[in-house]
Amino acid sequence: MSKLMLRSDAESDIRRHGRESYPHECCGALIGRGGEVIEALALPNMTDEGPRRRFLVRPVDYRAAERRAMEVGGELVGFYHSHPDHPARPSRYDLDHAWPTFAYVIVAVEDGEPRAMTSWRLREDRSTFDEESVTVEEAPRMGQG
Amino acid sequence: MAIQILIPTPLRVYAGKQDVVEAEGATVGELLAHMTEQYTDLRKHLYGEDGKLRSFVNIYVNDDDIRYLEKEQTPVKSGDTISIVPSVAGGRSR
Repeated sequence: MSKLMLRSDAESDIRRHGRESYPHECCGALIGRGGEVIEALALPNMTDEGPRRRFLVRPVDYRAAERRAMEVGGELVGFYHSHPDHPARPSRYDLDHAWPTFAYVIVAVEDGEPRAMTSWRLREDRSTFDEESVTVEEAPRMGQG
Repeated sequence: MAIQILIPTPLRVYAGKQDVVEAEGATVGELLAHMTEQYTDLRKHLYGEDGKLRSFVNIYVNDDDIRYLEKEQTPVKSGDTISIVPSVAGGRSR
């Protein structure tokens, strides 16, 4: 099983975004550097299919996320979204719309409270997602980079 | 006439780990066809089983979405930059 390392402030930002957006789905980009996600960049959910069960990141916001990754000398690792009152497992809809190589982090939000957080990668033949473990790392202290 | 195509992060591994590739053609459709002949693994991530571009794949000629131009028949010329830009979508089941 592959592993996704999340810096603790990125992890807490995802949970907070999920709580604040409830009962709607939130979404955002995962910016990584040196093998860990250092920033969760909140993006607007622009779906017109009902934000309680769908999210959409527009191309303009996708481009902004790629630019942000370049600015910090990192890379776009993937995206996160919330599942309000629904398990943190990808849906058929998630699968149909997934991009290869990206990490897809899902946080379940139950009655407004963020709970389980999982991460998934699209299998090469697009047939399914494979789950990966999520490890939360404390942010480095001041002076340690 | 070689024209540059910008490859988004998740597809670079299928394009020789490059963020820009070159292809030839007079229209967007011809360019993409030439590109996927060179990098065949890109095809399944850009096109559905019906052979059409996936709905969450956006193609821009310079800053214009080809949906508002002539779609894959949109002409291209030397100096244009083509961008493949993902829409990222998902959500829980109904």
